[in-house]
Amino acid sequence: MNTFEKILARASGKKIVEPNEIVEANIDMAMIHDLTGPLTIDSFRKIGEKKIWDPEKIVTIFDHLVPANTIRAASLHKTIREFVEEQNIKNFYDVGHGGICHQVFHERGHARPGELIVGADSHTCTYGALGAFATGIGSTEMAAVLATGKMWFKVPKAIKIEVSGKFRNLVTPKDLILYVIGEIGEGGATYMGMEFVGETIDEMSIDGRLTICNMTVEAGAKTGIVPADNKTNEYVKERTDRSFTLVKSDTDAVFEKIVNVDSSSIVPQVACPSSVDNVKPASDIETEVNQVFIGSCTNGRMEDLRLAAKILKGKKIKPGVRMIVTPASQDIYTRAMKEGLLEIFVNCGGVVTNATCGPCLGGHLGLLAPGEVCLATSNRNFIGRMGSPKSEVYLASPATAAASALAGKIVDPTLQ
Amino acid sequence: MIIKGKAIKFGNNINTDVILPGKYLELIDPKELAKHAMAGIDPDFPNKVRDGAVLIGGKNFGCGSSREQAPIALKYSGVKCVLAEYFARIFYRNCINIGLPAIECENISKNIEEGDSISIDLEKGIIRNETQDKSFKTNPIPEFLMAILQKGGLIEYLKKGD
Repeated sequence: MNTFEKILARASGKKIVEPNEIVEANIDMAMIHDLTGPLTIDSFRKIGEKKIWDPEKIVTIFDHLVPANTIRAASLHKTIREFVEEQNIKNFYDVGHGGICHQVFHERGHARPGELIVGADSHTCTYGALGAFATGIGSTEMAAVLATGKMWFKVPKAIKIEVSGKFRNLVTPKDLILYVIGEIGEGGATYMGMEFVGETIDEMSIDGRLTICNMTVEAGAKTGIVPADNKTNEYVKERTDRSFTLVKSDTDAVFEKIVNVDSSSIVPQVACPSSVDNVKPASDIETEVNQVFIGSCTNGRMEDLRLAAKILKGKKIKPGVRMIVTPASQDIYTRAMKEGLLEIFVNCGGVVTNATCGPCLGGHLGLLAPGEVCLATSNRNFIGRMGSPKSEVYLASPATAAASALAGKIVDPTLQ
Repeated sequence: MIIKGKAIKFGNNINTDVILPGKYLELIDPKELAKHAMAGIDPDFPNKVRDGAVLIGGKNFGCGSSREQAPIALKYSGVKCVLAEYFARIFYRNCINIGLPAIECENISKNIEEGDSISIDLEKGIIRNETQDKSFKTNPIPEFLMAILQKGGLIEYLKKGD
């Protein structure tokens, strides 16, 4: 079996499972945030269950509208706080105590290799970077999980992405995943699991693996995974007391498709409006930008901020360009402050925000006016994603974003 | 369960951000959400489907965010069923869970024009375009999901004390 099949078999109490088989599985961990939580709670109450299945297994994180920007948002937060109190949920990260759910969840030790994790957010697939089977679900489905601790799954077919070679200077895991999505297409992995293996992945940091698994849903995948290795083991061991098992695909595991990528041939990539598979080399694009956003659950981690700061240090962003930098968690914020990265961003003319989803979903801050263009390190460039339906979003790596903020237009950082 | 309605048609890769833009996610009342259904692509949509409609999507319908507010907005605006070439998985599950029938049929968008009268037998997987007098066979909705739909959604299905 492959990693996806092994994890689903274990969680559903079976020896073997096969693609397309429907199984009922026990959920190891579940996550809700401030935008999907209230609907989950409302549905949970309607089901008529008094107590959630296991308060130790629910993680609640505020990140989408943080701190609350409207009375409505404040009321959503209040609803969740009351539920957390009532249900005795200990793993609760309120405003100022966490940051973006897809960083906080594993940073605080809630994701472990081999586990089956569901979250009421599509980018829950991020935790696949730690060898877990993690996937996004809707609010009503989450209410059913809170009530029963179980959920049905169709065992996914799997695609293996084998990545060889070494990245060129200033080429990053973001460029790799944009390249892969450009190759297989926006619906190219629908209902499937994407397993990443090979020399490049072995060498890659946990931060980089989180970036690639985060974006697997943009190819339609149910989830992505990097089978756990020593790096995963070290990262997780530092953060949890619970035992876990490192799961790897068998040598005779079946994959629907194998995609080979040579990372040394990849140049900086940009996903152009308005789909994530509309990918071109950064050097082919010269579009002027009004805003640059460095942050999100895709690229708001230490490695991302360090890379952007290296390019921006001692320079000024182009007049007329706004740059917003958002560390992904309070922990990253503190570390970036100690390393002097935040000072670099402020000195070059950027705005540093608190740890939040922020501009990525066009709901809270940093919105775009009609006709404006943003280059963002986040994961979606859909029509109206970051504000006006008449604005445009391009997606790229933190290196491309930083170099483009300096140039006032989209540029290839390796050619500057 | 047989569903009838006029077709309203969209293309490939219609994502949940255009079905319900992020700025409306603070809304809770389904009727309020319904006023903004498809706001990212067709602001007049709620007026077009008010009296009931079958939404025809292309490939990968409902991709993107897991926001259940997207299918809720469609359901309460008047959409009776979503018929697409294929769905993004979270959107598909969300539809069934909130009691909005969703069914897949390959190449269907080539065979239905906006405004055509459509009839869908969910259990048999038979789609009829009455305007063009054509029928299509697809995989029926699996029995255990039909059971959820027949109850009106997952909440009703799981409700205690019934």
